[in-house]
Amino acid sequence: MAARFLWASRVASHLRISIAQRGFASVVLKDLKYAESHEWVKIDGNKATFGITDHAQDHLGDVVYVELPDLGRSVSQGESFGAVESVKATSDINSPVSGKVVEVNEVLSESPGLVNTSPYEDGWIIKVELSDAEEAKKLMDSDKYSKFCEEEDAKH
Amino acid sequence: MSVNRVKNLGLPLMNLVKLRGTPILQQLLLEERLLRSSSDNWCIVNDGTNLLTLSWVCLGTVIVDENTLFVSLICNRNDVPDVQPYPRSVMAWSGSLYSEVFNGIADFQLRENDYVFGDRKFGGNAQSITRNRWIHHTSFLWDYSVSNMAYLKLPSRVPQYRLERDHTDFVCKMKDYIERSVFIEKTIKAVGTQFMLKELSLDEIDDSCREHVETTRLLTLDELKETTTRSESIAQAV
Repeated sequence: MAARFLWASRVASHLRISIAQRGFASVVLKDLKYAESHEWVKIDGNKATFGITDHAQDHLGDVVYVELPDLGRSVSQGESFGAVESVKATSDINSPVSGKVVEVNEVLSESPGLVNTSPYEDGWIIKVELSDAEEAKKLMDSDKYSKFCEEEDAKH
Repeated sequence: MSVNRVKNLGLPLMNLVKLRGTPILQQLLLEERLLRSSSDNWCIVNDGTNLLTLSWVCLGTVIVDENTLFVSLICNRNDVPDVQPYPRSVMAWSGSLYSEVFNGIADFQLRENDYVFGDRKFGGNAQSITRNRWIHHTSFLWDYSVSNMAYLKLPSRVPQYRLERDHTDFVCKMKDYIERSVFIEKTIKAVGTQFMLKELSLDEIDDSCREHVETTRLLTLDELKETTTRSESIAQAV
Protein backbone atom coordinates (compact mmCIF):
# COMPACT_ATOMS: atom_id res chain seq x y z
CA MET A 1 0.00 0.00 0.00
CA ALA A 2 2.76 2.42 0.97
CA ALA A 3 4.66 1.55 -2.21
CA ARG A 4 1.60 2.27 -4.34
CA PHE A 5 1.12 5.66 -2.63
CA LEU A 6 4.78 6.48 -3.24
CA TRP A 7 4.32 5.60 -6.92
CA ALA A 8 1.19 7.75 -7.08
CA SER A 9 3.04 10.65 -5.45
CA ARG A 10 5.79 10.47 -8.08
CA VAL A 11 3.22 10.38 -10.87
CA ALA A 12 1.31 13.30 -9.38
CA SER A 13 4.48 15.31 -8.95
CA HIS A 14 5.41 14.71 -12.59
CA LEU A 15 1.96 15.64 -13.80
CA ARG A 16 1.84 18.58 -11.38
CA ILE A 17 -1.44 17.45 -9.91
CA SER A 18 -2.50 16.50 -6.41
CA ILE A 19 -3.67 13.09 -5.30
CA ALA A 20 -6.03 11.73 -2.71
CA GLN A 21 -4.81 8.93 -0.48
CA ARG A 22 -7.44 6.30 -0.21
CA GLY A 23 -7.96 3.47 2.16
CA PHE A 24 -8.53 1.09 -0.77
CA ALA A 25 -5.92 -0.41 -3.03
CA SER A 26 -6.55 1.49 -6.27
CA VAL A 27 -5.15 4.95 -6.87
CA VAL A 28 -7.24 7.87 -8.03
CA LEU A 29 -5.66 11.11 -9.21
CA LYS A 30 -7.25 14.49 -8.62
CA ASP A 31 -7.58 16.86 -11.59
CA LEU A 32 -8.54 13.98 -13.88
CA LYS A 33 -12.09 13.15 -14.90
CA TYR A 34 -13.49 9.63 -14.79
CA ALA A 35 -16.10 7.57 -16.61
CA GLU A 36 -18.21 4.86 -14.96
CA SER A 37 -16.57 2.37 -17.29
CA HIS A 38 -13.25 3.17 -15.55
CA GLU A 39 -11.46 5.31 -18.10
CA TRP A 40 -9.71 8.53 -17.06
CA VAL A 41 -9.33 11.66 -19.13
CA LYS A 42 -6.98 14.64 -18.78
CA ILE A 43 -8.23 17.69 -20.61
CA ASP A 44 -5.80 20.32 -21.85
CA GLY A 45 -7.51 23.04 -23.86
CA ASN A 46 -9.27 21.34 -26.77
CA LYS A 47 -7.16 18.16 -26.46
CA ALA A 48 -7.75 15.21 -24.16
CA THR A 49 -5.66 12.20 -23.15
CA PHE A 50 -7.35 8.91 -22.14
CA GLY A 51 -6.39 5.75 -20.40
CA ILE A 52 -7.87 3.16 -18.08
CA THR A 53 -7.76 3.67 -14.34
CA ASP A 54 -5.72 1.89 -11.71
CA HIS A 55 -8.95 0.22 -10.52
CA ALA A 56 -9.54 -1.16 -14.01
CA GLN A 57 -6.02 -2.45 -14.60
CA ASP A 58 -5.98 -4.08 -11.19
CA HIS A 59 -9.23 -5.95 -11.89
CA LEU A 60 -8.28 -6.90 -15.46
CA GLY A 61 -4.99 -8.53 -14.58
CA ASP A 62 -1.85 -8.59 -16.74
CA VAL A 63 -2.49 -6.76 -20.01
CA VAL A 64 -0.96 -8.61 -22.95
CA TYR A 65 -2.28 -6.55 -25.87
CA VAL A 66 -3.90 -3.18 -26.52
CA GLU A 67 -6.01 -2.74 -29.65
CA LEU A 68 -5.49 0.87 -30.71
CA PRO A 69 -7.76 2.88 -33.03
CA ASP A 70 -6.58 4.44 -36.31
CA LEU A 71 -5.50 8.07 -36.37
CA GLY A 72 -8.22 10.38 -37.55
CA ARG A 73 -10.98 8.10 -36.38
CA SER A 74 -13.92 9.67 -34.55
CA VAL A 75 -14.76 8.49 -31.06
CA SER A 76 -18.04 9.09 -29.23
CA GLN A 77 -18.65 9.42 -25.53
CA GLY A 78 -19.57 6.06 -24.02
CA GLU A 79 -18.78 4.10 -27.19
CA SER A 80 -16.02 1.54 -27.60
CA PHE A 81 -12.93 2.62 -29.58
CA GLY A 82 -10.49 -0.16 -28.80
CA ALA A 83 -9.84 -3.07 -26.47
CA VAL A 84 -7.49 -4.26 -23.81
CA GLU A 85 -6.60 -7.93 -23.77
CA SER A 86 -5.63 -9.54 -20.51
CA VAL A 87 -5.24 -13.19 -19.65
CA LYS A 88 -8.52 -14.90 -20.57
CA ALA A 89 -10.42 -11.73 -21.51
CA THR A 90 -10.79 -8.97 -24.06
CA SER A 91 -12.35 -5.82 -22.59
CA ASP A 92 -13.65 -2.85 -24.53
CA ILE A 93 -12.16 0.58 -23.88
CA ASN A 94 -14.92 3.19 -24.00
CA SER A 95 -14.38 6.82 -24.90
CA PRO A 96 -15.02 9.18 -21.97
CA VAL A 97 -15.60 12.11 -24.36
CA SER A 98 -16.18 12.57 -28.10
CA GLY A 99 -13.55 13.72 -30.55
CA LYS A 100 -11.06 12.80 -33.27
CA VAL A 101 -8.04 10.60 -32.57
CA VAL A 102 -4.87 12.66 -33.08
CA GLU A 103 -2.31 10.42 -31.37
CA VAL A 104 -2.10 6.84 -30.16
CA ASN A 105 0.44 5.42 -27.72
CA GLU A 106 2.42 3.17 -30.09
CA VAL A 107 4.71 2.11 -27.23
CA LEU A 108 1.85 -0.05 -25.96
CA SER A 109 2.26 -2.30 -28.99
CA GLU A 110 5.63 -3.43 -27.63
CA SER A 111 4.95 -2.86 -23.93
CA PRO A 112 1.27 -3.44 -23.16
CA GLY A 113 2.14 -3.98 -19.50
CA LEU A 114 2.59 -0.23 -19.12
CA VAL A 115 -1.20 -0.12 -18.73
CA ASN A 116 -0.70 -2.09 -15.51
CA THR A 117 2.47 -0.47 -14.18
CA SER A 118 1.75 3.13 -15.17
CA PRO A 119 -1.97 3.52 -16.00
CA TYR A 120 -2.02 7.32 -15.61
CA GLU A 121 1.36 8.12 -17.14
CA ASP A 122 3.28 5.88 -19.56
CA GLY A 123 0.18 3.69 -20.06
CA TRP A 124 -1.94 6.44 -21.65
CA ILE A 125 -3.82 5.06 -24.64
CA ILE A 126 -4.97 7.81 -27.04
CA LYS A 127 -5.18 11.58 -27.42
CA VAL A 128 -8.13 13.24 -29.10
CA GLU A 129 -9.19 16.65 -30.32
CA LEU A 130 -12.41 17.34 -28.46
CA SER A 131 -15.60 17.87 -30.42
CA ASP A 132 -17.72 18.96 -27.45
CA ALA A 133 -15.96 20.33 -24.37
CA GLU A 134 -19.27 20.33 -22.44
CA GLU A 135 -19.32 16.53 -22.38
CA ALA A 136 -16.65 16.49 -19.68
CA LYS A 137 -19.25 17.81 -17.24
CA LYS A 138 -21.01 14.44 -17.39
CA LEU A 139 -17.89 12.73 -16.00
CA MET A 140 -16.99 12.16 -12.35
CA ASP A 141 -14.35 14.07 -10.44
CA SER A 142 -11.82 12.17 -8.33
CA ASP A 143 -13.90 12.17 -5.14
CA LYS A 144 -17.00 10.90 -6.89
CA TYR A 145 -15.00 8.27 -8.74
CA SER A 146 -13.32 7.10 -5.54
CA LYS A 147 -16.72 6.65 -3.94
CA PHE A 148 -18.01 4.91 -7.09
CA CYS A 149 -15.15 2.38 -6.94
CA GLU A 150 -15.67 1.76 -3.24
CA GLU A 151 -19.38 1.10 -3.79
CA GLU A 152 -18.69 -1.22 -6.71
CA ASP A 153 -16.13 -3.24 -4.80
CA ALA A 154 -18.33 -3.39 -1.71
CA LYS A 155 -21.14 -4.98 -3.72
CA HIS A 156 -18.99 -7.96 -4.68
CA MET B 1 -34.45 -3.50 -13.46
CA SER B 2 -33.79 -5.38 -16.70
CA VAL B 3 -36.66 -5.46 -19.15
CA ASN B 4 -35.92 -9.18 -19.40
CA ARG B 5 -36.89 -9.82 -15.81
CA VAL B 6 -39.95 -11.99 -15.35
CA LYS B 7 -41.94 -10.19 -12.68
CA ASN B 8 -43.54 -13.16 -10.99
CA LEU B 9 -40.40 -15.22 -10.49
CA GLY B 10 -37.84 -12.42 -10.28
CA LEU B 11 -35.42 -14.30 -12.54
CA PRO B 12 -34.03 -12.63 -15.63
CA LEU B 13 -34.82 -14.26 -18.96
CA MET B 14 -32.16 -16.14 -20.88
CA ASN B 15 -32.51 -17.57 -24.38
CA LEU B 16 -31.19 -21.11 -24.71
CA VAL B 17 -29.84 -22.20 -28.08
CA LYS B 18 -28.90 -25.85 -28.48
CA LEU B 19 -26.68 -26.54 -31.45
CA ARG B 20 -25.30 -29.81 -32.67
CA GLY B 21 -22.24 -30.06 -34.86
CA THR B 22 -22.24 -26.34 -35.73
CA PRO B 23 -18.83 -25.30 -37.12
CA ILE B 24 -16.77 -23.46 -34.50
CA LEU B 25 -16.27 -20.35 -36.66
CA GLN B 26 -20.01 -20.11 -37.21
CA GLN B 27 -20.57 -20.42 -33.48
CA LEU B 28 -18.04 -17.70 -32.69
CA LEU B 29 -19.57 -15.38 -35.29
CA LEU B 30 -22.99 -15.99 -33.79
CA GLU B 31 -21.68 -15.25 -30.30
CA GLU B 32 -20.03 -12.02 -31.41
CA ARG B 33 -23.27 -10.93 -33.03
CA LEU B 34 -25.33 -11.77 -29.97
CA LEU B 35 -22.88 -10.04 -27.63
CA ARG B 36 -22.76 -6.83 -29.69
CA SER B 37 -26.23 -6.60 -31.24
CA SER B 38 -28.66 -8.21 -28.83
CA SER B 39 -29.84 -6.98 -25.45
CA ASP B 40 -30.98 -10.45 -24.33
CA ASN B 41 -29.13 -12.99 -22.21
CA TRP B 42 -28.05 -16.14 -24.07
CA CYS B 43 -26.87 -19.66 -23.29
CA ILE B 44 -25.41 -21.44 -26.31
CA VAL B 45 -24.65 -25.14 -26.10
CA ASN B 46 -22.89 -26.65 -29.12
CA ASP B 47 -22.86 -30.42 -28.77
CA GLY B 48 -19.83 -31.29 -30.91
CA THR B 49 -18.61 -29.25 -33.84
CA ASN B 50 -18.05 -29.65 -37.56
CA LEU B 51 -14.50 -28.65 -38.44
CA LEU B 52 -15.19 -28.94 -42.18
CA THR B 53 -11.81 -29.69 -43.80
CA LEU B 54 -9.87 -29.55 -40.55
CA SER B 55 -9.50 -32.57 -38.33
CA TRP B 56 -8.87 -30.42 -35.33
CA VAL B 57 -8.33 -26.83 -34.25
CA CYS B 58 -6.12 -25.48 -31.51
CA LEU B 59 -7.76 -23.25 -28.95
CA GLY B 60 -4.84 -22.46 -26.70
CA THR B 61 -3.96 -25.62 -24.73
CA VAL B 62 -7.16 -27.37 -25.73
CA ILE B 63 -7.37 -29.33 -28.95
CA VAL B 64 -10.80 -28.96 -30.49
CA ASP B 65 -12.16 -31.86 -32.48
CA GLU B 66 -15.62 -32.98 -33.54
CA ASN B 67 -16.38 -34.22 -30.03
CA THR B 68 -15.61 -31.01 -28.18
CA LEU B 69 -18.51 -29.49 -26.25
CA PHE B 70 -18.96 -25.73 -26.16
CA VAL B 71 -21.00 -23.73 -23.68
CA SER B 72 -21.22 -19.95 -23.89
CA LEU B 73 -23.05 -17.59 -21.58
CA ILE B 74 -23.81 -14.04 -22.71
CA CYS B 75 -25.16 -11.84 -19.93
CA ASN B 76 -26.33 -8.32 -19.35
CA ARG B 77 -24.33 -6.90 -16.48
CA ASN B 78 -27.49 -5.75 -14.73
CA ASP B 79 -29.00 -9.23 -14.81
CA VAL B 80 -26.06 -10.67 -12.90
CA PRO B 81 -25.49 -7.83 -10.43
CA ASP B 82 -23.15 -9.82 -8.16
CA VAL B 83 -20.66 -10.15 -11.01
CA GLN B 84 -18.28 -7.31 -11.83
CA PRO B 85 -17.43 -7.02 -15.56
CA TYR B 86 -13.87 -8.28 -15.07
CA PRO B 87 -12.42 -11.70 -15.93
CA ARG B 88 -11.81 -12.95 -12.39
CA SER B 89 -15.30 -12.01 -11.25
CA VAL B 90 -16.93 -13.62 -14.30
CA MET B 91 -14.89 -16.80 -13.82
CA ALA B 92 -15.70 -16.96 -10.12
CA TRP B 93 -19.39 -16.87 -11.05
CA SER B 94 -19.07 -19.44 -13.83
CA GLY B 95 -16.92 -21.59 -11.56
CA SER B 96 -19.68 -21.74 -8.96
CA LEU B 97 -22.21 -22.57 -11.67
CA TYR B 98 -20.16 -25.50 -12.93
CA SER B 99 -19.54 -26.60 -9.34
CA GLU B 100 -23.25 -27.37 -9.24
CA VAL B 101 -22.93 -29.35 -12.47
CA PHE B 102 -20.07 -31.49 -11.20
CA ASN B 103 -21.20 -31.72 -7.59
CA GLY B 104 -20.70 -35.27 -6.35
CA ILE B 105 -19.22 -36.34 -9.67
CA ALA B 106 -15.63 -35.19 -9.70
CA ASP B 107 -13.11 -33.06 -7.84
CA PHE B 108 -14.03 -30.00 -9.90
CA GLN B 109 -12.59 -26.58 -9.24
CA LEU B 110 -11.66 -23.34 -10.94
CA ARG B 111 -7.89 -23.30 -10.57
CA GLU B 112 -6.25 -19.98 -11.47
CA ASN B 113 -8.18 -19.47 -14.74
CA ASP B 114 -8.87 -23.09 -15.71
CA TYR B 115 -11.56 -25.68 -15.08
CA VAL B 116 -9.89 -28.76 -13.62
CA PHE B 117 -10.63 -32.14 -12.15
CA GLY B 118 -8.02 -32.42 -9.43
CA ASP B 119 -5.04 -30.74 -11.08
CA ARG B 120 -5.88 -31.63 -14.67
CA LYS B 121 -7.45 -29.16 -17.05
CA PHE B 122 -10.48 -30.26 -19.04
CA GLY B 123 -11.87 -26.94 -20.24
CA GLY B 124 -10.45 -23.78 -21.79
CA ASN B 125 -12.35 -20.54 -21.45
CA ALA B 126 -12.26 -16.94 -22.55
CA GLN B 127 -14.23 -13.77 -21.91
CA SER B 128 -15.12 -10.76 -23.96
CA ILE B 129 -16.37 -7.81 -21.96
CA THR B 130 -18.22 -4.76 -23.27
CA ARG B 131 -19.60 -1.84 -21.35
CA ASN B 132 -22.85 -3.48 -20.27
CA ARG B 133 -22.48 -7.14 -21.31
CA TRP B 134 -20.02 -9.98 -21.26
CA ILE B 135 -19.57 -13.44 -22.70
CA HIS B 136 -17.97 -16.43 -21.04
CA HIS B 137 -17.05 -19.06 -23.62
CA THR B 138 -15.87 -22.53 -22.64
CA SER B 139 -14.54 -25.38 -24.76
CA PHE B 140 -14.81 -28.68 -22.90
CA LEU B 141 -12.27 -31.34 -23.81
CA TRP B 142 -14.48 -34.38 -24.22
CA ASP B 143 -11.83 -36.65 -25.68
CA TYR B 144 -8.58 -36.21 -27.55
CA SER B 145 -6.01 -38.06 -29.58
CA VAL B 146 -2.60 -38.20 -27.94
CA SER B 147 -0.95 -37.83 -31.35
CA ASN B 148 -2.85 -34.59 -32.06
CA MET B 149 -1.95 -33.28 -28.62
CA ALA B 150 1.73 -33.75 -29.50
CA TYR B 151 1.42 -30.85 -31.97
CA LEU B 152 0.98 -28.40 -29.11
CA LYS B 153 4.07 -26.61 -27.81
CA LEU B 154 4.34 -25.42 -24.24
CA PRO B 155 2.77 -21.93 -24.27
CA SER B 156 4.86 -18.93 -23.20
CA ARG B 157 2.34 -18.13 -20.50
CA VAL B 158 1.40 -21.07 -18.29
CA PRO B 159 -0.55 -21.29 -15.03
CA GLN B 160 1.57 -21.94 -11.96
CA TYR B 161 -0.20 -25.17 -11.11
CA ARG B 162 0.91 -26.65 -14.44
CA LEU B 163 4.40 -27.25 -12.95
CA GLU B 164 6.10 -27.85 -16.32
CA ARG B 165 3.93 -30.87 -17.10
CA ASP B 166 3.54 -31.67 -20.77
CA HIS B 167 0.09 -31.67 -22.34
CA THR B 168 -0.75 -35.31 -21.77
CA ASP B 169 -0.04 -34.96 -18.03
CA PHE B 170 -1.74 -31.58 -17.77
CA VAL B 171 -5.13 -32.20 -19.41
CA CYS B 172 -7.76 -34.90 -18.97
CA LYS B 173 -10.77 -36.19 -20.87
CA MET B 174 -14.17 -35.12 -19.68
CA LYS B 175 -15.71 -38.36 -20.91
CA ASP B 176 -13.87 -40.19 -18.12
CA TYR B 177 -15.91 -38.29 -15.53
CA ILE B 178 -19.45 -37.69 -16.77
CA GLU B 179 -21.92 -38.81 -19.45
CA ARG B 180 -22.29 -36.31 -22.27
CA SER B 181 -26.06 -35.99 -22.05
CA VAL B 182 -25.87 -35.74 -18.25
CA PHE B 183 -23.39 -32.86 -18.51
CA ILE B 184 -25.60 -30.94 -20.95
CA GLU B 185 -28.71 -31.57 -18.88
CA LYS B 186 -27.04 -30.56 -15.60
CA THR B 187 -25.52 -27.43 -17.16
CA ILE B 188 -28.88 -26.27 -18.44
CA LYS B 189 -30.41 -27.04 -15.05
CA ALA B 190 -27.70 -25.05 -13.23
CA VAL B 191 -28.20 -22.07 -15.53
CA GLY B 192 -31.94 -22.44 -14.94
CA THR B 193 -31.47 -21.77 -11.22
CA GLN B 194 -30.42 -18.21 -12.06
CA PHE B 195 -32.35 -17.50 -15.25
CA MET B 196 -35.75 -18.28 -16.71
CA LEU B 197 -34.72 -20.24 -19.83
CA LYS B 198 -36.52 -20.00 -23.13
CA GLU B 199 -35.34 -22.28 -25.90
CA LEU B 200 -34.87 -20.73 -29.34
CA SER B 201 -33.82 -22.25 -32.64
CA LEU B 202 -31.19 -20.62 -34.86
CA ASP B 203 -33.92 -19.38 -37.20
CA GLU B 204 -35.62 -17.51 -34.38
CA ILE B 205 -32.48 -15.57 -33.43
CA ASP B 206 -32.47 -13.00 -36.25
CA ASP B 207 -35.39 -11.00 -34.95
CA SER B 208 -33.70 -10.15 -31.67
CA CYS B 209 -30.51 -8.69 -33.16
CA ARG B 210 -29.58 -5.35 -34.63
CA GLU B 211 -27.26 -4.86 -37.63
CA HIS B 212 -23.73 -5.90 -36.80
CA VAL B 213 -20.28 -5.73 -38.43
CA GLU B 214 -18.35 -9.00 -37.94
CA THR B 215 -14.81 -8.85 -36.62
CA THR B 216 -14.29 -12.54 -35.78
CA ARG B 217 -12.33 -14.31 -38.50
CA LEU B 218 -9.81 -17.06 -39.08
CA LEU B 219 -6.23 -15.97 -38.45
CA THR B 220 -3.44 -16.28 -41.01
CA LEU B 221 -0.38 -18.30 -40.01
CA ASP B 222 1.64 -15.14 -39.34
CA GLU B 223 -1.09 -13.74 -37.13
CA LEU B 224 -1.29 -17.10 -35.40
CA LYS B 225 2.40 -17.00 -34.54
CA GLU B 226 2.04 -13.47 -33.20
CA THR B 227 -0.94 -14.29 -31.03
CA THR B 228 0.54 -17.45 -29.52
CA THR B 229 3.16 -15.30 -27.84
CA ARG B 230 0.40 -13.11 -26.37
CA SER B 231 -2.15 -15.32 -24.80
CA GLU B 232 -3.27 -18.91 -24.26
CA SER B 233 -6.88 -18.38 -24.97
CA ILE B 234 -7.29 -17.00 -28.49
CA ALA B 235 -9.09 -19.04 -31.10
CA GLN B 236 -6.66 -20.29 -33.71
CA ALA B 237 -6.99 -22.25 -36.90
CA VAL B 238 -4.28 -24.46 -38.27
